Amino acid sequence: MKLDEVPQDNSPTYSGHKKLVYAVDEQGHYHKVKSSGWDIESFATQLAVEDLNQQTLDAYADAKAGRVSPLAYHMYKARLDVTSLAQATGKFEWQIKRHLKPKVFAKLSEQKLQTYAEIIDISIDTLKTLPSQP
Amino acid sequence: MSQINNSFNHKQSSHCESGVVSNMLSNAGFNLSEPMAFGLASALTFAYLPFVKVGGMPLIAYRMPPKTIIKTVAKKLGIKLISQKFSSASAGMQALDDALAQGKLVGLQTSVYYLPYFPEDMRFHFNAHNLLVYGKNDQGDYLISDPVFEDVVTCSAADLQKARFAKGALAPKGTMYYLDKQPHVVDLKPAIYQSLKKTGKMMNGIPIPGIPFFGAKGIDYLAKQIANLEQKSNKYARLYLAHIVRMQEEIGTGGAGFRFMFASYLDEAASLTQDPQLDDAAKLATEVGDLWRQFAMQAVLFCKNRQSISFADISDSLRQCATAERALQQKLLAITP
Repeated sequence: MKLDEVPQDNSPTYSGHKKLVYAVDEQGHYHKVKSSGWDIESFATQLAVEDLNQQTLDAYADAKAGRVSPLAYHMYKARLDVTSLAQATGKFEWQIKRHLKPKVFAKLSEQKLQTYAEIIDISIDTLKTLPSQP
Repeated sequence: MSQINNSFNHKQSSHCESGVVSNMLSNAGFNLSEPMAFGLASALTFAYLPFVKVGGMPLIAYRMPPKTIIKTVAKKLGIKLISQKFSSASAGMQALDDALAQGKLVGLQTSVYYLPYFPEDMRFHFNAHNLLVYGKNDQGDYLISDPVFEDVVTCSAADLQKARFAKGALAPKGTMYYLDKQPHVVDLKPAIYQSLKKTGKMMNGIPIPGIPFFGAKGIDYLAKQIANLEQKSNKYARLYLAHIVRMQEEIGTGGAGFRFMFASYLDEAASLTQDPQLDDAAKLATEVGDLWRQFAMQAVLFCKNRQSISFADISDSLRQCATAERALQQKLLAITP
């Protein structure tokens, strides 16, 4: 990548930040250059972020309809999934999946709720409910 | 709460770990650029691990596992690094305060998700983000040099504690590290040649049949997976390709999955050693990086739902990267001091 090929696409995913990249001058020597974004990278980021947001919206609708527990919504909202939540809590994935069932979730002890609330970084009361907007 | 502001000069980097090493050593009077830290540690590699999932996608790495750079650079330069982990969060925060009070620059391992100064779209659960703390202001907030940011930032004690004691894969467990004494000046030349030999050896993968996940073999293996995306849903294929591009570009790699940073190392090493063999290798590494950028463009072209590009085209583009990496490998292994 030449110095004048360093993309400066003002990507929204950078939120005004700049990243440092390495690029060559005409003689093939390297310099540090700040980049305000690259459309190619930004498109990939946005695709992934949109997918996460869609999972969160789906979980919100499912929780509202009583098909899953509020934990499902809060998990996706915090950019976690069953695998990463299991790793963070030290539980098995099947345990997390059980706790995504409304009936099982309703009977969870304060201690178990506290574990989830800490990882997701919200209070127990928030964990047990759904916000009015997803 | 007392205010501490240890003298510190922040330089932005591409990548957190090599950036912390570079900033920590440079501020201790031992000037070491980020590409030098990266290259000396032989941190360049490729790994495709289908059985380790990140957000439901296979793990793809362009460098050696976290902490490799810090540990290897310390070893090569004969630096003593004091590293501690904590079972109690309050003890971990107290130890940080004590080290700061002694005038140390303290490196921390943290989770990106709990650091509020990160923009929303960059916050995800990655537990091996490195940063340097150089003081504390009168509100009790920590003064932080996060290497991937243009300027220094601050973070409240409560948030920093969450970030240091985040749980899950690669949990930091409060890990903090600092230099014991001033590093001595050492001759980098032998370490440079050693590091190139090591990187060259790793570049074709590991020589065990049936393990195709590393080096150029791993790149070919990934290319095969891409060719097979035909059998998956369009949505999965788009997310899969986007995931590869994100691992390659977004996660602070300096472009092309660290290939440009490595080329920059070769360039700097060439002028340090006055060795034209390294100049040639730097040019090859730049070509490798350019091929990776082309691959990213092709992959995202598909994500944009263009009919003009097939999985075979994208797969071919990635195979070209593997071929170029093999050529670079030959070059690196042929270099003699």
